Amino acid sequence: MDPIHQFDVAKLYVFGHVGGAEIAFTISALYMLMSVALIALLMIGATRQRALVPGRLQSAAEISYEFVATTLERTTGPEGMKFFPLVFSLFMFILTVNLIGLIPYTFAVTAQIIITSSLALLVFLTVIVYGFWTHGYRFLRIFVPRGIPIYILPLVTAIEVLSFLSRPLSHSVRLFANILAGHITLKVFAGFVTMLSAWGILGFIGAILPLGLTVALTALELLVAFLQAYVFAILTCIYLSDAIHGGH
Amino acid sequence: MDPAAAKLIGAGIACIGMGGAGVGVGTIFGHYLAAALRNPSAAQGQFGNLIFGFAVTEALGIFSLLVALLLLFAL
Repeated sequence: MDPIHQFDVAKLYVFGHVGGAEIAFTISALYMLMSVALIALLMIGATRQRALVPGRLQSAAEISYEFVATTLERTTGPEGMKFFPLVFSLFMFILTVNLIGLIPYTFAVTAQIIITSSLALLVFLTVIVYGFWTHGYRFLRIFVPRGIPIYILPLVTAIEVLSFLSRPLSHSVRLFANILAGHITLKVFAGFVTMLSAWGILGFIGAILPLGLTVALTALELLVAFLQAYVFAILTCIYLSDAIHGGH
Repeated sequence: MDPAAAKLIGAGIACIGMGGAGVGVGTIFGHYLAAALRNPSAAQGQFGNLIFGFAVTEALGIFSLLVALLLLFAL
């Protein structure tokens, strides 16, 4: 009945120890591999026929491709399209993992802070490396906005630096906290159903309300799962746009 | 005061910050909807901006949630 218990990372197979740290194949790794396999199957299966009039599977693949491509092009311009594989992989991975995690008795990978912070740090470091690689030290100009009066410029620059450094934090914690809070809420409401139905016939009738709410919350979580994947992708686009275009 | 109790109270107080983020997110979606009803043809083009504003505003609420979670589980 403990709502936190579902986030325990169970070890499926322990490979051994490296310097005191245990190297194990966990349930988290299993679900990540499963979702990557699912995405690969969907994309390979959908593009095998390449029909002029797409079937159901092919349209699903085409819609997701078009969706990410338009988002990326609109935020970064045509120069950003070389980052399409990165953004598309991130979007599809997070979306699939979120959706798989919503199935009862499965494991929500994105409710692990280590997973989301790894993804966010990947984006953050890509932005820094690519920004310095294309613009050199002039990349630092993103911290100094144009058209600001000189006497408040130091303050604005300090705020810009701080907000730049807090990007990976908010980028990762947003996804993590949304999925974590959603799954805890679902579990708490599901707990009400079992608690009430233990009271006999009156409890059974009373349990209909939390059961209906659980269904409604699952629908809401479906929206959150998609929205958070989209938010992660669009923020990646916006951060990449900084690296591509340099100082505003 | 018992440190464990102070921690729990602190986590509760930290969650008040999420109310501010709630106001902000409500303002963003409300204004988007009002503008979209005035000019529905331009609404689709601003969807990305809407989500960006939502995400940036929500980040501040997430920070206060983070403080609460740190108080409860990490410190």
